Amino acid sequence: MTRYFFKRLAGAIPTLFIIITAAFFLIRAAPGGPFDQEQALPPEILANLQSAYGLDLPVWAQYGRYLRALAHGDFGPSFKYKDFTVTELIEQGFPVTLQIGTVALMLALAFGIPLGTFAALHHNSAADYAAMSLAVVGIAIPSFVVLPFLGLFFGIYLHWLPVAGWEPGSIRHLVLPVIALCLPPLSIIARMTRGSMLEILRTHFIRTAFAKGLALHVVILRHALRPALLPVAGYLAPAVASIMTGSLVVESIAGLPGIGRYLVQGALNRDYTLVMGMVIIYSALLIAMGLVVDLIYAWLDPRIRFGR
Amino acid sequence: MLLMSRSGRLTPALAVEKLGVQFPQPTGTIFAVREASLSVQAAECVGIVGESGSGKTQIFMAAMGLLAAAARTDGSVRFEGREILGSPPAELNRIRGSKLTMVFQDPMTSLTPHLRIGTQLAEVLVSHSQMSWHDAERAALRILERVRVPEPRRRLRQYPHELSGGMRQRVMIGMSLLCEPSLLIADEPTTALDMTVQAHIIDLFRAMREESRMAIVLISHDLGVVAGLADRIIVMYGGRVVESGRARHILQRAEHPYTAELLKCVPDLKGPRLDRMPSLAGQAPSPSSIERGWAFAPRCPRADARCRVERPLLREFPAAAHQVACHFPLSS
Amino acid sequence: MSAVQRLRSNIGAVCALAIIVALISLALVGPLFNPNNIESLDWAHVAAEPGLIGAHWFGTDRLGRDLFARTLEGTRVSLAVGLAASAISLGVGIIYGAVAGYVGGRTDHLMMRFIEVLSGLPLIFFVIFLTVIFGRSQYLLFLTIGAVGWLTMARIVRGQTLSIRQREFIEAAVASGAGSARIIFKHVIPNLLGPVIVYATLTVPQIILFESFLSFLGLGVQEPHSSLGTLIAEGAGEMEAAPWILVVPGSFLALLLLCMNILGDGLRDALDVKER
Repeated sequence: MTRYFFKRLAGAIPTLFIIITAAFFLIRAAPGGPFDQEQALPPEILANLQSAYGLDLPVWAQYGRYLRALAHGDFGPSFKYKDFTVTELIEQGFPVTLQIGTVALMLALAFGIPLGTFAALHHNSAADYAAMSLAVVGIAIPSFVVLPFLGLFFGIYLHWLPVAGWEPGSIRHLVLPVIALCLPPLSIIARMTRGSMLEILRTHFIRTAFAKGLALHVVILRHALRPALLPVAGYLAPAVASIMTGSLVVESIAGLPGIGRYLVQGALNRDYTLVMGMVIIYSALLIAMGLVVDLIYAWLDPRIRFGR
Repeated sequence: MLLMSRSGRLTPALAVEKLGVQFPQPTGTIFAVREASLSVQAAECVGIVGESGSGKTQIFMAAMGLLAAAARTDGSVRFEGREILGSPPAELNRIRGSKLTMVFQDPMTSLTPHLRIGTQLAEVLVSHSQMSWHDAERAALRILERVRVPEPRRRLRQYPHELSGGMRQRVMIGMSLLCEPSLLIADEPTTALDMTVQAHIIDLFRAMREESRMAIVLISHDLGVVAGLADRIIVMYGGRVVESGRARHILQRAEHPYTAELLKCVPDLKGPRLDRMPSLAGQAPSPSSIERGWAFAPRCPRADARCRVERPLLREFPAAAHQVACHFPLSS
Repeated sequence: MSAVQRLRSNIGAVCALAIIVALISLALVGPLFNPNNIESLDWAHVAAEPGLIGAHWFGTDRLGRDLFARTLEGTRVSLAVGLAASAISLGVGIIYGAVAGYVGGRTDHLMMRFIEVLSGLPLIFFVIFLTVIFGRSQYLLFLTIGAVGWLTMARIVRGQTLSIRQREFIEAAVASGAGSARIIFKHVIPNLLGPVIVYATLTVPQIILFESFLSFLGLGVQEPHSSLGTLIAEGAGEMEAAPWILVVPGSFLALLLLCMNILGDGLRDALDVKER
C-alpha cells in the first residue's frame, strides 16, 4: 500500500512543476504588462517599478528567481494590493476557503450518501421520487442563484442569518455560503449513491447477507455500503473542483475573505503574481485530492490493494 | 428437535401448501410457481428436480423471504408449524440464517468481496446469539474444519477472491451450519463447480446427513446428484409438482412420464454405449405462458386428447406416500 | 414502448419542455407587448416594485430601467450565447470523438489521454488565467465557454464510434473503396444521433450555466449587453432594497436550467437502454 502511495506521489510532483512552469511563461507571454491599466506613467517611474518587481531581467532569470522564492514559500508581491505579498494574502485567505470548502464537502457526503441510500431502499416510492427531484434541483440551479435567494429568505425576510460579511471565528456568517456550496455535490452524490446502491442490492452476495438473517442496517452498513461508494470515491476529485469553483462566487457574494475572492479580484485587476499564486495553490490542492482519492479507492476494494 | 403436533403426528420441518408465486410485469404476469404443495419432514433429505423455469428455486426463495420486491405470493408456507410466508423481515431474520438456511449455486459471487471469511462466518453467530466476536471466530474455525477446508486458520483471515470455487462453496455450507439449522436448503450446490469438486461436495453432504438430524432440501436439475443423497424426490414441471415419493421408488419405478424421461437422461456408466445422449424433445414451458390444458402434453409420449385439455391433478398413486399428477401413470 | 412514447409518459419531462418553450416564446415575443424598452430610464419610477404602474410588470432597477424588458433581453442573450457556444463545442466534440473512435490505436489513446487530463482541471481557472493574460474579450468568452461541453460529447461519440465501427456495413463501405473521411461523415455520424441528442440536451444547460457564472463574476458578456448572469449580479447587490431585481432574473435562469436538465434526463431515460 505504501509503495503504491509513493509511486502516485512521485507522479504528481512533476505535474505540479509543469503547471507552475506553464503558468509562469504564459503570463510572461501575455500582451501588455501589469501596469498598463494605470494612468500613463512617466518612463523613469515605470522603469523603477519594473526593476523593483524584477521585470527588467531576462525571462529565464525571472523564472529562476520565482522558483527559488517559491521554494521558500514566497509567492512574490501582489501587483495590486501594494501593501501585501501574495504569501500574506494566501495566509489570510486560505484558512477561510479551506474551512468552508471542507465543511461543504463533509456535508455533501454526510447528507448525500444517506439520502441516496434511502432512495434506493424505497425504490420507486413517492419518497424516492421526491428525493431525486430535489437532487435535480440541486444540480441544475447554480450556487450564485441559490446563495442570494437563501440570503433573501433567511437573511432579509426571516432575519435568522446574516446575508454577507464575516467576522473571525463567526459561524453564523458561514452557514448560508456553506449550504449554497454543498448543494450541487450533495445532489450528485445522492443520485450516484442511489444508482450504485440499487445495483449492489441486486448482487448475489447481498442475497446471501439477507439469507443469513442479518438485520437490514447490518446488510447495508457492513456489506453494501463499501462497494456502493466506489463511484462516489471517483467523484471526490471533481467534487472538490466543483466546490473550488463554487467558492469563487460564494465568497464574492458573501464577502468572505477567502482566496477565491482574491482570485476573482486578481483576474479583474490583472494582478499577475496573485493569480499565479492562487492557481498554484488550487492545482496543488487538486493534485493532493487526486492522491487521497486513489488511497480511498484502494481501501474500499481490497482487490486493488493486492494489485489484481 | 422433532416437534409433535397435538394429533401426535410429527410436524414437518417445512410444509408448503398451494403456493403460488407471480411476478406482474407490464408485458404480462410471470407465473413462477403454480399451486405447489410439498412437505419436508425433520431429518429427511428431499431432492427437488426439474428443468430451469420449473419453479423449484422460487418455492424456497419464497420460503426464505428472498423474492424480488415485485413478487406476489399466495398459499401457505409453514416452518416447524409456524406460517412464514409474507412475514416481515424482522421476524424472518430470527430463523433465517440460523434455523432455516440456504446455500446458493454460485459460490464465486455469493460472498462479500471486501470482508474477510472469518468476519462473514462470525457475523452469523454474533447476530443470532449473544456470542462475542472472539468466540464466534473460534466457532467459525471449527466449522471450517467440519466442512474440511484445508488450513482453516489461514482461510479465516483471507478474502473470498483468494479461495477457489470449491472452497468458497464449503465456506457457504459452513455458514449455513453454524447455528445448527433444522432445515438446510441447497440450491444447485454443485452446478457451478468442476466434476471432481462436485463429488467432494456431495460427499460432504453425505457426511452431514450422517452426523446430524438436520433436514436437507437438495434442488437440482441433475437427477444424478440427487440420487445418492435423497430419501424422497419431488419432481416439478411448469411451476407445479408432478410427482413425489420415496427416492428408491422413483428411481426404479417412476410413474410420471416426465420423470421417466428425466431418468433416461442420466448417463449410466454401466449401460451400453449410446451414439447420442438421450434428451427430452421440445422445450420447457415459459413461466409467462398461460396454461392451456396440461403444459407437458405436447412433449409427452403418452399424452392423448384428454391431456391437452384437462390438466391432471396430483393424487396418491399407486399407494400412499407416492403422488403423481398424470392421467396415464406408467404402471396403469 | 417506443422512445417517443416513453418520453411522452414522463410527465416531468413533458412539463419541462412546455415551460422551456413558453420561456423562449416569451423572450422572443414579449417585447412586442411591452411598452418599455431596455434602455429607457424612467426617472419617475426608480427601483419601483413590480406592479402595474407605468406598465413595469416586473418593476424597475436602480436606474429606472424596466426589469421585464431587461430580463427578457437577458434571456435572449443567455440563450443565444449558450446555443451558439453549444453548437461549436458539440461540433468539435463530435468530430474529435468520431475521429478518435474511428482511427483507433495509438492516436485514439493519445486523444483520450488529452481529454482525461483536461477533464480533471476546473475550467474556471483556465478562464481566469486567460482573462488575466488577454483581458476580457468576446472571442475569449466563446472559446472558453465552448471548451466546457466538448469533453463529454467527445467521449460518448468515441464510444459509440468504436462499437459502430465493428459493424458490418462499415466493412462493406471500406470494401467498396470509400475513403476514411467519407465513411466518418456519411456512415458513422448519422448513427450517433441518439446519444448525441441526449447529451446535447444536457450540455446546453451546462454551457448556459457557465456563461452566467462568468457574467456574474464580471468576466463574461460585456456592456451594453447583459445576460441573466449579469442581471443576477446586479440584483444580488440590491437585495435588501429591491429584491425583485434579483428574484426575477434569478427565477428565469433557475427555471430554464432546471427544465433543461429534467428534459435531458427524460430524453436519456427514453432513448437509452440503461435503467434509472
